[in-house]
Amino acid sequence: MLDYVTSYLRSNTTPGQAGNLLWAFIYIILIFLGLSVAVIAMNWLERKILAHMQVRLGPMRVGPHGLLQPIADAIKLLIKEDIMPAEADKSVFWIAPVLIVITAFTTFIVVPFGPTHAVTDMNIGVLFMLGVSSLSVLGVVMAGWASNSHYPLIGALRSSAQMVSYEIAMGLAVVAAVLMTSLHGNGLYGVAHGAVGDGTLSMIDIVKAQQDQHAWFIFKFFPLGLIAFFIFAVAMIAETNRAPFDLPEAESELTAGFHTEYSGFRWSLFFLAEYSAMIAVSSIAVTLWLGGWLRPFPTWLTGETWDLVFSLFPAATFLLLALIALVGTLRMPKHPYFRVQTLGLAGFAAVLALIGILLLLPPVRDRIQDIYWFSLKVAGFMYLYIWYRGTFPRYRFDQLMRVGWKVLLPVGLGVLILTAIVGVLL
Amino acid sequence: MTPVATPFFFYLLSGLALLGGILVITRKNAVHSALALILTLLALAGLYLMLYAPFVAGVQIILYAGGIMVLFLFVIMLVSIEKSQREDQFNKQWIGGLVGAVALGALFVRVFVRSKALHDLTGMPMAQLPEQSNTQEIAVYLYGNYMLAFEIASLLLLVAIIGAVVMAKKRI
Repeated sequence: MLDYVTSYLRSNTTPGQAGNLLWAFIYIILIFLGLSVAVIAMNWLERKILAHMQVRLGPMRVGPHGLLQPIADAIKLLIKEDIMPAEADKSVFWIAPVLIVITAFTTFIVVPFGPTHAVTDMNIGVLFMLGVSSLSVLGVVMAGWASNSHYPLIGALRSSAQMVSYEIAMGLAVVAAVLMTSLHGNGLYGVAHGAVGDGTLSMIDIVKAQQDQHAWFIFKFFPLGLIAFFIFAVAMIAETNRAPFDLPEAESELTAGFHTEYSGFRWSLFFLAEYSAMIAVSSIAVTLWLGGWLRPFPTWLTGETWDLVFSLFPAATFLLLALIALVGTLRMPKHPYFRVQTLGLAGFAAVLALIGILLLLPPVRDRIQDIYWFSLKVAGFMYLYIWYRGTFPRYRFDQLMRVGWKVLLPVGLGVLILTAIVGVLL
Repeated sequence: MTPVATPFFFYLLSGLALLGGILVITRKNAVHSALALILTLLALAGLYLMLYAPFVAGVQIILYAGGIMVLFLFVIMLVSIEKSQREDQFNKQWIGGLVGAVALGALFVRVFVRSKALHDLTGMPMAQLPEQSNTQEIAVYLYGNYMLAFEIASLLLLVAIIGAVVMAKKRI
């Protein structure tokens, strides 16, 4: 029994490939917990950052700086009355949010947080992620239709048209990146041996290809990789129905779009699915173009000193967060009314500092690094999502379709053809 | 590593596929039928996975379940449901249906018996299982051995696309 548990730790693959059910289960639980925490944190961060962009304070009442606001929101949603419209199609209305959550979480099976930190590695990794996330549009359509109401139906129609059209541009960008995995050779322009070999669709092997070629695919064949990445970055916002492409839930026209009739727990499922889908597509972008779990400058800044410096980053991040929380504690009003909040924030700072110190230990440090760099890159994308929402006005539907079909699709095709030509000729 | 392709999963997936198929023709509501069809398609994708054809399974999910069925639903949702519920659900042509079903069933049984006899005779394995390089193998066949047929098929699709645009748009 104990041997079964420890045998995986010595192996050098993902639990899925090692066929170790126990560890696969542990990974799934960890990813599920991590995602839930990420969604909660994202909820708070989005409100805070948007508020600061608009020169407001954002949530300030529940807990110090509104830190407990997402928890209060979650409790409110759970104990809210669950309303089902009388004319709704009961079974489809019930299945839609469940389906959308399942698809959003299933994609994380193949997300590579590190060379061994994934539930499993599939031969068709990228295809699997795109396929499963493309199923989420079914959930949107079902929710909109089953509500038996006008706004949700219009939202669902918009959403299905939008997601199906942007999937094509997204697919072309992904194909360009997958093509790059087969074009071996070093340097930005992948020059050298004229070696054109087997490409791969497996998420882990795509990152390993970037490692072997000494170039993240965003920089490869400059500017072709960059353009492909840009197409994907635009398409992924449309795929997740976020601003400025949030037409399916445009509140000025459609109340709340496809989830207008949903309330309480069911609505919170849609919320959960939206944010995990955002994290999922960001992970695809990070894996395909930004070198996945690889640390910055792996070829320029080499040597033991640099390795040590970069391995201290996770601890430094947490200690910095602890410092910010500590400053916040010291700046709390000294009125007795705020005593509990001040103590709570001090405790939060202490927990963050403890995690930071824990990450300083060499064995932990070495194992956590991959996950840290991957999460940091994904977090960057999450910030971009919030930034877009604070900056861009919403597109009109005909503009959205024009961008998708007349700009992104031809450019994507061009990039694909040029990548193939450059890869074979140079 | 033990194979996951156990008989249990085969029967589960085939059962789901059959259930979906039956629901498609028995539901009165067209949207429910379309959703049941999606269930069937997903179960078929699972069966492809069991046959060690992950690429085909992935394409099945992306194209059929995620693409074509969404367009189906898109059209069906706009159809008035009240009208379709008042119409007769079944077009009663028992004799024709029965003859077709028996013929198809006989064909399946015949193919099964023949291939089993062949298998017993030669003792060769039923199929090669190149799971790790499945996608690459498909690419080699599509763009190498059967390039011409593949390109002709894509030309046919292009003609269909142009035809659809010409018919849908009065003024181009």
